[in-house]
Amino acid sequence: MFMSIKVRYFASLKERLGCSESHLDFAEGLTVQAVWQQLNPDLSLPNNILAAVNMDYVGLDAIVADGDEVAFFPPVTGG
Amino acid sequence: MLITIAEQAFDPWQAVQTYQAEHLPAGSYGATSIFIGTMRDFNEGADITAMCLEYYPGMTEKQLEKIVSEASQQWAVLDALVVHRVGDILPNDPIVIVAVWTAHRGDAFAACRYIMEALKSKAPFWKKEQLVSEQVRWVESNTVNKAT
Repeated sequence: MFMSIKVRYFASLKERLGCSESHLDFAEGLTVQAVWQQLNPDLSLPNNILAAVNMDYVGLDAIVADGDEVAFFPPVTGG
Repeated sequence: MLITIAEQAFDPWQAVQTYQAEHLPAGSYGATSIFIGTMRDFNEGADITAMCLEYYPGMTEKQLEKIVSEASQQWAVLDALVVHRVGDILPNDPIVIVAVWTAHRGDAFAACRYIMEALKSKAPFWKKEQLVSEQVRWVESNTVNKAT
C-alpha cells in the first residue's frame, strides 16, 4: 500500500536543515528513525533531537502510518 | 482549566483575577498557588536585549493539557490556568503563568510546581536570544538544577 506522511522540523534544527516541512511517500512500515534517514541521507539524526508523531512524543523505533504527522526538534526551552 | 498561547504581552495578575472571577465560585477554594516566569536581561553569561519564542501549534497545547491533567490526577486540583507567551519578547515581559486553585495549600503548591517543571521539560517551546553583541543564539536546553 502506498503511504504518505508529513514531516516537520522546528527551531535550530529547522534552521540547520533550511527546511520547516516536507513530505515522504513510502510503501511499507517505517520507523521514525528511518523517516529521518530517508529525508536526510547525509546527516545522522543528532543525539539530542526529540521526535513526535501526531503531536505525542515517541521513541525513534515507533512505526509511522499513512497520514501521520512526524516532527523532529531540539530539546525544549520554554517557561 | 484554561491553556492559552499568548501572541501579545499579557498582564499575569489581570489574567488570574479575570479567570478566577469567571470560573471559581466564591468560597469554593482555599488555596491559590501562582508561578510567574519573567524574561531576564541576562542568560548564560551574556546580556540579552530580546528573545523570540517559537512553538509547535497544536502539540504545545496538547502537551500542556496532558500535564495539567496529570497534575489533576495526583492532587485535588479544582481549576488551573496556564498562559505562555510566544513571538518577540523583551526583558521584563512575563513569559509564563501557572495558577492552581485547590482546597488546601499542599495540593496547590505541589500541583503548581509539577505543572511548571513538566512544562519546562515537555512543552515544545524554543527560545532564541538576541544578544547585546548583536549575535543571535538558540537556548540549547532547560537545566534541571535551576529548579531549586
